[in-house]
Amino acid sequence: MKPFLSFENVSFAYHNLKGETQAIQNLSFQIEEGEFVAIVGPSGCGKSTLLSLISGLFEPEEGSIIFRTENSRPTVGYMLQRDHLFPWRTIWSNCMLGLEIQHSKTKDKIAYAEYLMKEYNLWEVRNKKPNELSGGMRQRAALIRTLVLNPDLFLLDEPFSALDFQTRIEVSEDIAIIIRNSVKTVVLITHDIQEAISLSDRVIVLSNRPAKVVREIPIKLTCTDKSVLATRTAPEFNDYFNLIWEDLKGKEETT
Amino acid sequence: MTRQEQFMKKHKRFHRMIALSQAGLFLSLLVLWEAAARLQWLDSFFFCSPSIVVSCFIKMLLGEQLMMHIGYSLLEIAISFVIIFISSFLIAVLLWYYLALSRILEPFLVVLNALPKSALAPLFIVWIGTGTKTIIVAGISVALFGSIINLYSGFRETDPEKILLIQTLGGDRLDILTKVVIPAAVPNIISVMKVNIGLALVGVIIGEFFAGRRGLGYLIIYGTQVFKLDMVLTSIIILCFLAMVLYKIVQYLEHIYLRSGTLAK
Repeated sequence: MKPFLSFENVSFAYHNLKGETQAIQNLSFQIEEGEFVAIVGPSGCGKSTLLSLISGLFEPEEGSIIFRTENSRPTVGYMLQRDHLFPWRTIWSNCMLGLEIQHSKTKDKIAYAEYLMKEYNLWEVRNKKPNELSGGMRQRAALIRTLVLNPDLFLLDEPFSALDFQTRIEVSEDIAIIIRNSVKTVVLITHDIQEAISLSDRVIVLSNRPAKVVREIPIKLTCTDKSVLATRTAPEFNDYFNLIWEDLKGKEETT
Repeated sequence: MTRQEQFMKKHKRFHRMIALSQAGLFLSLLVLWEAAARLQWLDSFFFCSPSIVVSCFIKMLLGEQLMMHIGYSLLEIAISFVIIFISSFLIAVLLWYYLALSRILEPFLVVLNALPKSALAPLFIVWIGTGTKTIIVAGISVALFGSIINLYSGFRETDPEKILLIQTLGGDRLDILTKVVIPAAVPNIISVMKVNIGLALVGVIIGEFFAGRRGLGYLIIYGTQVFKLDMVLTSIIILCFLAMVLYKIVQYLEHIYLRSGTLAK
């Protein structure tokens, strides 16, 4: 069976008057349906470019991005570093934003949004403005805004990096559960190695710009409790951590 | 007394002090002016005095159709303001929507904005004639270009990540405009309108100087020509009040907007 998503020798460069900046060169990897893949790399290595390529905001300059659904791009949900809830909209109306844009505010979708908001404790605050909510609640609302579109593929661009440590653990826990319950395939971009190991099935380590794949590591943790904190105490956790750390360090020294 | 009560008391005392000082300063200026006129430090023919202004105001109110003049000026200001608002908003939207258009027009807008518009007023008379139309054109010309530039640069300051969000949700440029750019710019739109209401007033008065048969600007010019300086000063003071009232109206609209923003539906 063909992979869900496959990058084949993809290259992409940014152009401006000072010249071109090669962000990605000859990058190839695959993502299977149902996988939670984390992509880790040194900062500025073109990770966000990668997400823009997957979601179709950019087209590759060379090579190709192939989806199993040959002709049509799958619906992609995208979660950014900050929640970007609009302060002039209520939580409910923020969650409706995607449906409004796609002109698909059907009864079913609205019922699904109601269900999600009740399930993840936002129903009570649906008429509040974002600034009245905690960081964790805002991040959940941002997530629901994307989930109501029922995406086939979920892209997370360092979605927790703007949160303080405690909130970060809680929220990543929350979000991981929600996403695993409702979406099949997830790509998480992060520079946090621990987050990558504790959340994902497989880690792809990228080199410095232009980004290439340094190593792919399937993650198998032998702990029964899959919560974010518990996975950090799994016996294999440190080995994975050191392996990825060495890769990243090695790459940064050579430049 | 709790700490909170102490704080509230201190806060209230401070604000009362500000209000009292403002009123005190205003009153002492009036008293000084009146005294200067009565003690003949100033020639009251040229500089009037508060009492002369008040009696002149009553006289104009009774005998010289003051309300009609104020009404015309207000009407011209209101029409200019509405036209400035609608047209500069639409043009700014177009400039945002078509990047190339904004680049092409930018130098023209900058020059037109920098040009002292009162220099154009005599030309307007030649082109359009005297009367209300010319006055309104003068009112518009003073504020229009600055308003376009300010609204447009407000639109340009939209958070690029919010724009990215709309794109990731599948939105096009029109979605970006209506869902993010305009709603995010509302505070800027309001502050531009506060400036515009003042500029519209300036433009209309300039227009009335040149082309008016009615209005406060006409009264000022007429008063100077026939040496009725009390009429001139009274009109200017009425203008001060008008400017304040118009500003307060826009401020009140802002207040309504802010309240609707904090009180969720």
